[in-house]
Amino acid sequence: MSARIAGFSALALAALALLAFVPRLGNAYYLALAISLLQYTVLATAWGMFSGPTRYVSLATTAFFGVGAYTVAVLGEILPWPLVLLTAAALGAIVAGIVGLSTLRLSGVYFVIFTFGLTELIRQLVVWFEVNKSRVLGRYVFVNITQADIYWQLLALTAAVFLLGWLIARSRLGFALRVIGEDETVAKHCGINTTFAKVALFTISATVMTLVGAIMAPRWTYIEPSIAFNSMISFQVLIMALLGGAHRLWGPVLGAVPLTLLFELLSARFPNTFTIILGCIFLLIVYMLPRGVAGLFEKLSTRTSGKTAQRVAA
Amino acid sequence: MTNAILTGLMLGGMYALIAMGLTLQYGVARIMNLSYGEFLIAAAFASHWLFTGWAVSPFLGLAVVVPLAFALNFAIYKILLTPLVRRAPNRDALEVDSILATFGLTFVIQGSMLALFGGAYYSYSFLAFPVQFLGETVAANRLTALGITILLGLALYAALTRTRAGTAVRAVAVDPFAAQLVAINVPQASALTFALGGALVAAAGVLVSTFLTFSASSGVVFTMKALIVVVMGGVGNMLGCLVAGLALGLSEALVASYVDPGLTLAVNFALFLAVLLVKPAGLFGRATR
Repeated sequence: MSARIAGFSALALAALALLAFVPRLGNAYYLALAISLLQYTVLATAWGMFSGPTRYVSLATTAFFGVGAYTVAVLGEILPWPLVLLTAAALGAIVAGIVGLSTLRLSGVYFVIFTFGLTELIRQLVVWFEVNKSRVLGRYVFVNITQADIYWQLLALTAAVFLLGWLIARSRLGFALRVIGEDETVAKHCGINTTFAKVALFTISATVMTLVGAIMAPRWTYIEPSIAFNSMISFQVLIMALLGGAHRLWGPVLGAVPLTLLFELLSARFPNTFTIILGCIFLLIVYMLPRGVAGLFEKLSTRTSGKTAQRVAA
Repeated sequence: MTNAILTGLMLGGMYALIAMGLTLQYGVARIMNLSYGEFLIAAAFASHWLFTGWAVSPFLGLAVVVPLAFALNFAIYKILLTPLVRRAPNRDALEVDSILATFGLTFVIQGSMLALFGGAYYSYSFLAFPVQFLGETVAANRLTALGITILLGLALYAALTRTRAGTAVRAVAVDPFAAQLVAINVPQASALTFALGGALVAAAGVLVSTFLTFSASSGVVFTMKALIVVVMGGVGNMLGCLVAGLALGLSEALVASYVDPGLTLAVNFALFLAVLLVKPAGLFGRATR
């Protein structure tokens, strides 16, 4: 096992080193595409980290992404960059903690409803604050961050997310979450503090999403609530994670990469009907691939090797 | 003060009407319909189109839109949702699947409406004259809408409690498995109830369109308010729906007139959380699960 782990980490490090050279290619279009790919990979993986094992569908990706982006818009010129990122992460964690503590003690539906409205709620609060207190609606982001800087930060975050996800999956917390996903009543009877486990993981996942929003913010020079809190992000991330298969750490990547490329193509070709096409793709995935590409792989590998891992897919 | 309360009651009546359909869909057919508000907006557009294009009064429009919505929702349940119901091993799995499917549907419907009507706000002038009511001046269209809402609510309540079909529907809501044992066709009852919920939200859409401006992307807000009212009142409970709807409308109107109109959504959520923290099953719900 340890030899396998060593092999995997060597492979991952090599891939990381190779990917770090993308900005050196000097092609602005490929760099922009690579940034989109990394952005959605991190978001979808972070989404899957919480929603995969617990099976609680979170629709609030945009809310956290927007909190991160808006933090940069407000503080970007006042504080040094690392402090801005830290503040954004802390804000995201606080919001997630509040939402988690108030809804995750209850049944999953309330959590879904709350996350469904969270984006709109935070957006309204931000607009209210900007109109009444700070008296500016829409802010310019002037920070000294290049596209290559954004790319490297996202790459580092991607590596961190995968490492974190791998560590969590091996820890007691990860095991507790899998038990909760299978049967919450059983988990409680085993002495698992279900609320703590759920809130902790939700907070971690939301903090990562907030960081992505903060890192991406310098890409726009102008930010207003409708840009930062665009509900399409929640939807796209959800599609990607589901296509890949959220029950595996590496699943969402399998959805994020092809779909980012596809969306790039579609939004350029069919700007008016993009939403409809997106909805149809999503429905297809829900009906045809309920366990995602990862589930498909598992099915194929069990069929060929005949092992009893089918239990997972059942 | 009277004016704020009256506005709140009218708003609350509308919320109760909007939520009634969802409480049927979720409480009986067990479909958590996130595209619910889109159907409301679609009906509002239909009414707008009938009124401005053919000068059809919205009351006549109800007779066209509501049966159409019933048929459409019946088809959606039969074609789109029945596979999910068959596939789901238990209620929780169906909940997750229906949330995902209807979330996708939201974007399909919203995208279609955006493509057809664009992102602009629509409204039309119907019964837009002031009348005196309880010593306050209110708009005639809002008052009429409230009247029709009360009628619809009473009719639904009577149908559910006084008829054989209504009793069957309530039995399915309590326990879909046991309902089969007393010879109730559960899939059929679920499909019809889902369609009835769709018809109700279409009626709400037509009524709302007479006094509110709406756009292709405003469905989400209605979905959210309906969800909040349903959960607050207790899933599948008509009386809870009414009380929670009125409470929501009143609190919104009071906050809008005394604190700040920009904070209404925050008040909705605060109320929602407060109820959940005190009584997780909702005001009138029984803690069965």
